Amino acid sequence: MKLTLKIWRQKSANDKGNLVDYKVNDVSPDMSFLEMLDVLNQDLIDKNEEPIAFDHDCREGICGMCSMYINGRAHGPDRSITVCQLHMRSFKDGDTIYIEPWRAKAFPVIKDLIVDRSAFDRIQQAGGFISVNTSGNTQDANATLISKYAADTAMDAATCIGCGACVATCKNSSAMLFVGAKVSQYALLPQGQIEAAERVRNMVAQMDLEGFGNCTNTGACEVECPKGISLENIARMNRELMKANIN
Amino acid sequence: MSGFFKSSIGRKVSMALSAFFLMFFLIIHLAVNITSIFSEAVFNEMSHFMGTNPLVQFALQPVLIFGVVFHFVMGFVLEIRNKKAQGIAYAKNNGAANSTWMSRNMIYSGLVILAFIGLHFIDFWFPEINYKYIAGNPEEPTRYFHELQEKFVPIWRVAAYVLSFILLGLHLAHGFTSAFQSMGITAGRKKTLKTIGIAYSIIIPLGFIIVALFHHLNHH
Ligand code: HEM
Ligand code: SF4
Ligand code: FES
Repeated sequence: MKLTLKIWRQKSANDKGNLVDYKVNDVSPDMSFLEMLDVLNQDLIDKNEEPIAFDHDCREGICGMCSMYINGRAHGPDRSITVCQLHMRSFKDGDTIYIEPWRAKAFPVIKDLIVDRSAFDRIQQAGGFISVNTSGNTQDANATLISKYAADTAMDAATCIGCGACVATCKNSSAMLFVGAKVSQYALLPQGQIEAAERVRNMVAQMDLEGFGNCTNTGACEVECPKGISLENIARMNRELMKANIN
Repeated sequence: MSGFFKSSIGRKVSMALSAFFLMFFLIIHLAVNITSIFSEAVFNEMSHFMGTNPLVQFALQPVLIFGVVFHFVMGFVLEIRNKKAQGIAYAKNNGAANSTWMSRNMIYSGLVILAFIGLHFIDFWFPEINYKYIAGNPEEPTRYFHELQEKFVPIWRVAAYVLSFILLGLHLAHGFTSAFQSMGITAGRKKTLKTIGIAYSIIIPLGFIIVALFHHLNHH
């Protein structure tokens, strides 16, 4: 396959940045999207040009690092996958592909396609945990009984990998799917109850402080989330915050 | 509690509450309008009651005005804040791949409704207030039907009316379920709510449109 790539290049956080055209030939349909970029980068290195900076780590669809807006969609055209799980067979010979970084005020570009997602870390630190003694005396996991429904639903929420696709795709740059998942994961389990009110208040306050936008229920996040996190988690977060303010 | 309404979620909840109020009001308003198709006398009687009852005039009417103003002011506030939260615009963005046109354009359907509310005030509310409280005319319980009929004679007004209600339908096609989602009322009820939402967003605007067309075609 021969492809034209329009890739966002930006030297540093303060650089203005712009889209640059690249031609790639001999792309195999069996390559992953990141492998295709690896080949392009090797080419650039051979020509003594600066390679394109992009985030990646596991290349197994579990770490959430590979963040790219491809042809107008977070993680590209396919459903329920990250960029590393996207393959070139999803494109046609002769295609032009736009590759841009996540766009949101709260996710500033560091370089090229790499954005700073530490806002998510700070939201987690504001309440995405339970306080337990972990100094060796592990409790029996079956001592606290949990319903199958609660266990499954909490697990579904916990599969969020913090990739930020929800923010990137949202017309409001809202982080509510991410925060909703993190709040829900604990709200559904008995161990999360003790700090539930504080948790949701602090996490929502941090989310607002970071400058994410306000959810208007377009549902775009749910469609683009690689882990299929459901809008129900946003509804649950809203209920949790109302509950925390009534009590 | 005041902190709650300053949070992003609190703003959403207050938006939804004002929207619920408006959606309830539309049902009442349509019910009154519909009577004008069947009986001039009943319509006059209902309008006379609404126009002279002190509870309606001095308690419900101010609440309604507050609800409308709150809803669109908060709509603008959210729109501005959300614009600020965005980074540089994508060179290529395929919004249609993951969301409906209605959900992405609430501010525009809202603006059309707002323009309509402006026209509606000029047509009915200002003359009404003038008639009763400024000019201080004596109450005439049979005037309402003719005032209504007269308004629907010009075709341009009927056209504007129909267009606005189509936009209201689109606003509600997203807004109805959205308001429930904002209140956290969705788990397990998604399908039912969607069905009721679609029915509501078709039936209510269509009802208003039918009333307008009926009087346009039947005035004498
Ligand atoms: C009788 C008239 C109206 C009705 C029944 C109505 C109904 C609704 C409903 C049900 C929602 C969804 C609320 C939610 O998601 O929580 C909504 C949202 C919205 N409305 Fe209206 N609306 C009306 C007039 C207006 C007007 C005049 C504007 C002026 C700009 C407006 C602007 C908006 C905006 C921007 C939203 C999206 C905000 C959000 O989802 O958070 N609406 N409306
Ligand atoms: S909710 Fe989905 S899209 Fe958002 S950060 Fe988590 S895994 Fe990524
Ligand atoms: S590199 Fe880890 S999810 Fe793609």
